[in-house]
Amino acid sequence: MSSRWKRSGVLLTVAGLCVVIWASFAAAQADVKAGPNAGATLKIMGFGPGDEIANIRASEAEAALGGAAVSNPRGGFSDQTFLAALAAKDVPDLVYMDRQKVASYAARGALVPLGNCIKQQSIDTSQYRLAALNEVRYKGQTYAIPEFTNPRTIIVNDKVAADAGVTVAAFNTNDWAALRATNKKVLKTDGGKVTRIGFDPKIPEFFPMWAKANGVNLLSADGLKAHLNDPKSVAALTYAYSLIQDHGGWGPFKSFRDTWDFFGAGNQVAKNQIGAWPMESFYYNVLAQNSPQVNITALPFKNRKGGPITLITGNGWAIPKGAKNPGLACRWIKAVTAPASWVKAAKARFDAQKRLNRPFTGVYTANKAADTKIYEDIYQKMGRADFDNAVSLLVSINRYGFTLPASPGGAEFNTAMQDAINRVLAGTQSPKAALDQAQKEAQAAIDRNKR
Amino acid sequence: MASVASSTTAPGFREKARRWAAGFRERETWAAYAFLAPWLIGFVIFTAIPMGWSAWLSLTDYSVIQDAKYVGLDNYRFMLDDPKVRLALTNNLTFAMFSVPGVLIVALGLAMILNRVKWGGGFFRTVFYLPNITPPVAVAILYLLLFNGSVGVVNRGLELIHVPGPFWTTDPTWIKPGLALMNVWSVGGTMVIFLAALKSVPPHLYEAAAIDGASAWRRFRDITLPMISPAIFFNLIIQTIYAFTLFAEAYTAFFGAGTKSNQTEAALFYGIYIFQEAFVNFRMGYASALAWLLFVIIMVITAVQVKVGNRFVFYEGDRR
Repeated sequence: MSSRWKRSGVLLTVAGLCVVIWASFAAAQADVKAGPNAGATLKIMGFGPGDEIANIRASEAEAALGGAAVSNPRGGFSDQTFLAALAAKDVPDLVYMDRQKVASYAARGALVPLGNCIKQQSIDTSQYRLAALNEVRYKGQTYAIPEFTNPRTIIVNDKVAADAGVTVAAFNTNDWAALRATNKKVLKTDGGKVTRIGFDPKIPEFFPMWAKANGVNLLSADGLKAHLNDPKSVAALTYAYSLIQDHGGWGPFKSFRDTWDFFGAGNQVAKNQIGAWPMESFYYNVLAQNSPQVNITALPFKNRKGGPITLITGNGWAIPKGAKNPGLACRWIKAVTAPASWVKAAKARFDAQKRLNRPFTGVYTANKAADTKIYEDIYQKMGRADFDNAVSLLVSINRYGFTLPASPGGAEFNTAMQDAINRVLAGTQSPKAALDQAQKEAQAAIDRNKR
Repeated sequence: MASVASSTTAPGFREKARRWAAGFRERETWAAYAFLAPWLIGFVIFTAIPMGWSAWLSLTDYSVIQDAKYVGLDNYRFMLDDPKVRLALTNNLTFAMFSVPGVLIVALGLAMILNRVKWGGGFFRTVFYLPNITPPVAVAILYLLLFNGSVGVVNRGLELIHVPGPFWTTDPTWIKPGLALMNVWSVGGTMVIFLAALKSVPPHLYEAAAIDGASAWRRFRDITLPMISPAIFFNLIIQTIYAFTLFAEAYTAFFGAGTKSNQTEAALFYGIYIFQEAFVNFRMGYASALAWLLFVIIMVITAVQVKVGNRFVFYEGDRR
């Protein structure tokens, strides 16, 4: 073959490759969905691909966007990333963030009120739980639409209770003296080390629930007045801490708890390392997935008058100021939190659990209508009384939910509260001194941030 | 004599500037600056301008979200009354007191052992250096596992010699010594610098001392230490700066996501406090002021170290 023919062959091959590459790009372009919003992209921050409950609802919401594409990078909400995006004026269209942070951002003008969105999309706000909505309302405006509620209940390890010779009902937060006696009976120590926890009060995380049980709200309804050093708050912290002191102090207690395989098959319930503790609803699913053979009882967390209470909180959807596609964001918000999306996602989880012969532990949302439909249309008892009873309790407990109200100094309030409790746990301050200091810090932050 | 004296007088600022400007008549000067340009441009864009911007922000109430408003020296005044500033600086100082001598002593010891190793030195150098390339997040997780008060390897080791181990990760008294011990794990970089210094000590000095009957301790004290003193001095400064800027390991272990009950003021180091003020409490202006205070503190400590160090450091060829 002459060199001329060789050159022609090479040229033809290169030209062919170019055509293939161009055709691939053209095909990719053609893949853009058709619809009134084709070509637009909804940029989401903080949601990322998740489990089937998240992914199925995301598909439903995407279908409601009229052909717009969705950019939903992996990873949860990060203040640092969001602030960097705001500083760079590269604002996402939609953020999925902790509801406790919403008021802090709203007070600084980083989020837009959703009044217009709610009106334009005819979102029925009465379907959402009031406590969850209050968490995202600031100065009369709604700044986010709530998602899960994660109600807290007490999980009792039946086997440990039986082994310690106490009844399941003895883990009752209504009677503090009796609960402390139960705690002492159930816990085990060996040579200064804890080998079994009696009752874990879960502080600092659940301290607002202990305070509420003792009759005090840590923040006023308008989020502008802290009540951290109210005598009832101090008494609640003193009591919750005493449950830990019974184990020999925070050191032995925490270092033992740190050894648990919390999300694995060898979790603390499966290994009988704890008697009981208050926990978010998602943990029933963890147990159902990883150790469905455990024997548990779900109990309500009761206040000192005997009434059930539960702390509910979770994430919500908000639209940042400067978002380029607020209309698309609003459509997404409506669709992703709509009862139909929740029901479809819950059905997928139910079917998956049934296939694997595992208990279905429900999905607990801030949407009352969705919860009712999931329980009435999807949920079926699976013959595992432990988990079936837990579902019944979780469905009913949401109505007793409370939350820390939205506050312009919400982030600092939480930091001050946690720091105070951690100082008590570390033994460096008394509950009163710690909460006095926290009160000053939290109130100063609230006063500084309110506009 | 007068003319000699005047010829050795150090040139003034004007003269220096004139000579610097005159240098640009030479082609080599342009070539030198062309080679330096990438670094110079990087320094200006990524260090000098951000530092200047941060200095300005420290005089404002900037929160990233809202526009910055000039507040004068309010942020610096607020610092004086902020108990967390004192707490965080005390934490860093305590950590430095444990960490800096610990790292220097262990690194020097390992370097001296490796300096004597006849074969397999390269292998051990690599092994000792490996922890240095372990991500800080992994180091923090390892720290929590190894130093767990109930089942940690460290306390199990202490049990073997009948010493009851403390609750390293929860007892405020033991958190900083524990972190300093963990820091010793990453002595590889410091050790390599010491090893290079040890290898550059002329062997004839040891031979002469041995002939004079000097003991091993005397040889170490009077030959090794002076000869490697620049390396010791360099590592001292680097380790001190590190101790005052500690962040990733402590943040991951005590302040990362999902660790609310891990949070303890005993681990609230200054870098973490700056981060919290900037990205949790949205007080970027105050955080900038905090960062400038840290910069000044490190500069002062380094200046003191240089001043004191000059009396002890031996530079070969130095004609002082």
